[in-house]
Amino acid sequence: MAQTFTKSMARNIFYGGTVFFVLLFLALTFDTSRALPTRDQRAQLDPSTELGQRIAHGKALWEHNNCIGCHTLLGEGAYFAPELGNVYVRFGNNKEAIKAFIKYRPAEGIAGRRSMPQFNFSDDELEAIAEFLKYSSEIDAAGWPPNIQG
Amino acid sequence: MMKYKSQGVAKLYFTGAIALFVAQILFGLILGLQYVIGDFLFPEIPFNVARMVHTNTLIVWLLMGFMGATYYLVPEEAERELYAPWLAVAMFWIFLIAAGLTVAGYLLVPYAGLAKMTGNELLPTMGREFLEQPTITKIGIVVVALVFLFNVGMTILKGRKTVVSLILLIGLTGLAVLFLFAFYNPTNLVLDKFYWWWVVHLWVEGVWELIMASILAFVLIKTTGVDREVVEKWLYVIIAMALITGIIGTGHHYYWIGTPEYWQWWGSIFSALEPIPFFMMTVFAFNMVNRRRRNHPNKAAVLWALGTAVLAFLGAGVWGFLHTLSPVNFYTHGTQITAAHGHLAFFGAYVLINITMISYAWPLMHGREANSMRAQVWEMWSFWLMSVSMVFITLFLTGAGILQVYLQRFTDVPQQFMVVQEKLALFYWLRELAGLIFFIGLVVYVVSFFVAARDAKRPELSAEVTPASA
Ligand code: HEC
Ligand code: HEM
Ligand code: HEM
Ligand SMILES: [Fe+2]
Repeated sequence: MAQTFTKSMARNIFYGGTVFFVLLFLALTFDTSRALPTRDQRAQLDPSTELGQRIAHGKALWEHNNCIGCHTLLGEGAYFAPELGNVYVRFGNNKEAIKAFIKYRPAEGIAGRRSMPQFNFSDDELEAIAEFLKYSSEIDAAGWPPNIQG
Repeated sequence: MMKYKSQGVAKLYFTGAIALFVAQILFGLILGLQYVIGDFLFPEIPFNVARMVHTNTLIVWLLMGFMGATYYLVPEEAERELYAPWLAVAMFWIFLIAAGLTVAGYLLVPYAGLAKMTGNELLPTMGREFLEQPTITKIGIVVVALVFLFNVGMTILKGRKTVVSLILLIGLTGLAVLFLFAFYNPTNLVLDKFYWWWVVHLWVEGVWELIMASILAFVLIKTTGVDREVVEKWLYVIIAMALITGIIGTGHHYYWIGTPEYWQWWGSIFSALEPIPFFMMTVFAFNMVNRRRRNHPNKAAVLWALGTAVLAFLGAGVWGFLHTLSPVNFYTHGTQITAAHGHLAFFGAYVLINITMISYAWPLMHGREANSMRAQVWEMWSFWLMSVSMVFITLFLTGAGILQVYLQRFTDVPQQFMVVQEKLALFYWLRELAGLIFFIGLVVYVVSFFVAARDAKRPELSAEVTPASA
């Protein structure tokens, strides 16, 4: 690198650039958090309502059973099993279909086919998970996924 | 050879790292097989469990490697012994035992049981990709990291302060601070995802780049004898570019998770520039080696260093750019294209930088400047076996990904996920084959340590040009 470009100039670009872009990132984060209420369906999450509690329970079950270890949710997770951010829509806007699918997974798997565990959920738990997946499908994800297949 | 006795604690960390690396790859092979033989090991080891073991051992061994590298590098840069070597030893065992218990928990207890046993309801952090560890393990990681930072920070504070050790310390501090976002897990899925990336993206495309660049700079200074002033200037420019592009570049994960559409502009523009620091690292590494003022007898270390620079650029820079523009990412998001990129980027940047440091430091910690030429040839074979097979893994996954995107997302008659996956079986079999060759490369790597140890007892096999002077 040319002599006119000194080490202290490089150092200043590092510190100055970092501080500037951290601040810009925080500003964008702030703006995003103000825009989110119109997109993230937070009204449904109100913990004082039955619906809000059910979705929270559903998310906890989602996490406690590591569904993300096989599935993607809004495109993030593992790529072994179908996208679930829009499974509610794919199953015809039908929570019962989702519940039935999860409920009737064979415990020993399906020979030769990628298998999903039998989680032995109660009806309440199935309802909570289905409600969580319905909520996920209603988040405004800028038109993603491209089609119903996820 | 080692200038300070306390640098030797790195041995423990490097040994632990390599052992976990072996476990990681074995579970990678299980995953690869489950992709084509869906019920392989089911229900004993379901895919998600094997995946947690694969990714968590990866992260832990990379962190262990970084810590080992730091313990080796910092005393030498600071020109004094480590502040408290015994703390470094203690933290190693705590870290290893916590990691071992966590992996045992994944394998022996159903995940929901593990969540219950460890009281996840009290502070729910589990069940998110890469952050699957029980909350108590996460707290353990924070403690280990803080003690580590204290130990390293005190060493630097009391000793010579160099640009290399300062940047390493900034990177490590950032690593620890950003990990704290792993404890934030609201019910609101959009917020959960938004801050999850502050750990994942701001690690690999932010502070880890500082760690990588400073370790690379250290090894290059030592093996090429190029003037520090030159190296430090490069280092500043590289990490400046890393953070200038990488921080706003986080936006490439905010296209489709419920965040506003303007992120498609911010994310696309800034992340499109993210390859720049990786490209500069490549130019830097080759430049230094070409201008070298000495021929270091450890040829293998130089090969690993150059390999790091090239494959990090390919995996992060080229394969990252491939799917980072929002109109492209709309179709590739969460497909095998992502997996292809994830593999080559992690391997090229963070696996290889760790091995580079181990390769350089290991002989020195055992009283020789370099291993015997024979042992180095084993190492170089392992470099080529692992690197070429990882490139093939990437190519096969890219092939699978292109077809997946077309059949499932792009054509007029999109097909179901599971139907498409069956059509990709050939690619997955080829990936598994390449994975086996990768594993052979890893075995060769492990063997190189034993060859080196045996040859060290026979001075006539030494690769050193002049009698020891490092
Ligand atoms: C070990 C991997 C694995 C885990 C863990 C897993 N799944 Fe699945 N899941 C699958 C596979 C594989 C399929 C596709 C099954 C088939 O088509 O035969 C699937 C399908 C589904 C479907 C139907 C999707 C569709 O479009 O057909 C739903 C809904 C679902 N899973 C929900 C869940 C939930 C909720 C959890 C967590 C409680 C979960 N899964 C955990 C592997 C898994
Ligand atoms: C050092 C080498 C490796 C590294 C750094 C690595 C890294 C990773 C990472 C980061 C992930 C999760 C992220 C993702 O892909 O999106 C992952 C998942 C995976 N890896 Fe590896 N891996 C390595 C070797 C292997 C090998 C040798 C195989 C098999 C032959 C393998 C098979 C898999 C599979 C099947 C997944 C799951 C993908 C999915 O979610 O569907 N990996 N690996
Ligand atoms: C060494 C540095 C890097 C590493 C280790 C890395 C690793 C990864 C991993 C593991 C994922 C998958 C995350 C998940 O599981 O959801 C990912 C996603 C992604 N990476 Fe990187 N990456 C690096 C650098 C880059 C760079 C420089 C770019 C852009 C030029 C980039 C662009 C992307 C994009 C766009 C995604 C999202 C893919 C999707 O939509 O599914 N990455 N990266
Ligand atoms: Fe990223």
